[in-house]
Amino acid sequence: MSRGETWFDEAAGPLVRPYAVTRGRTRGGQADLQMITLVIALQRLTSALSAQLDPEHAQIMSFCQHPKSVAEISAEVHLPLSVVKILIGDLIERRLVTFRSAVTPDLQVLQAVINGIRQL
Amino acid sequence: MVYVSSEPGSPVPDLQVTAVKMLVAGGFGVGKTTLVGSVSEIPPLRTEELLTELSRDVDSLAGVEAKTTTTVALDFGRITISPQLVLYLFGTPGQDRFWFMWNELSAGALGAVVLADTRRLDTCFPAVDFFERRGIPFVIGVNCFDGSQQYDIDEVREALDVEGVPVVLCDARLRESCKQVLIALTEHVIKLAVRRQQSSASS
Repeated sequence: MSRGETWFDEAAGPLVRPYAVTRGRTRGGQADLQMITLVIALQRLTSALSAQLDPEHAQIMSFCQHPKSVAEISAEVHLPLSVVKILIGDLIERRLVTFRSAVTPDLQVLQAVINGIRQL
Repeated sequence: MVYVSSEPGSPVPDLQVTAVKMLVAGGFGVGKTTLVGSVSEIPPLRTEELLTELSRDVDSLAGVEAKTTTTVALDFGRITISPQLVLYLFGTPGQDRFWFMWNELSAGALGAVVLADTRRLDTCFPAVDFFERRGIPFVIGVNCFDGSQQYDIDEVREALDVEGVPVVLCDARLRESCKQVLIALTEHVIKLAVRRQQSSASS
């Protein structure tokens, strides 16, 4: 696309590259996903399952066999946070992954953080 | 943060993982990513966010047509403290035009390290302001580049007008030094939490 030839119509959504993998959707499901929300796969990524998924969904499933934060998933699949949240939302809806929402750490957790840093 | 299952009825893997987040803020080029890299168990990872996505409330496809692919990059590291506890360290974007990211970054953060360079102390003023206003606990880490230490701790504290905020000298390239900054931050967070508990118990 050359300069001055910008696409400004409604149909331009999917042409915005980062959103192409979400088919133009800029919002996902109901899940409140934050950067350090941990995502865990509920199933192993078999080849049968992989065949049913888009490559990006399969990549996330494969990466989340152990708990991974939304930020780590974004870094792994090289997609912006807002895009990756939509894709994770798809997997949550299909009950292929689950997530753990955050609440404020208590004193016990804070003490564990200090002890852990000391031992680094 | 303690994580609770999103769906109690679903077959949740057998784990109770807790993740906590700290921020590393400060002016552009002050050594934020260096600090993250010094303590992280992995080379700092890079995630990105679309500039236009968070700069306004997008609730339909209207507006997408005007979107550009401008992104803001965020570097972060990970410290696995135990199988049940993970600490993430996020560097905040240094450039002013990425301020919109700070709200999402600071949501749920345990606290922040504001890295200061005494040669240009003013570059950390905006970060200090932000955390003060939000009531997010923070400490000042004075990054001592070779020979750049021009002021002592009290002078820095006075210049920043941050009474009651720990000020720690550090070298962002050294793991031991960075550990001391993170420990100072966590101790500060605990102190504030205990004080809050006591004042609510006595009132």
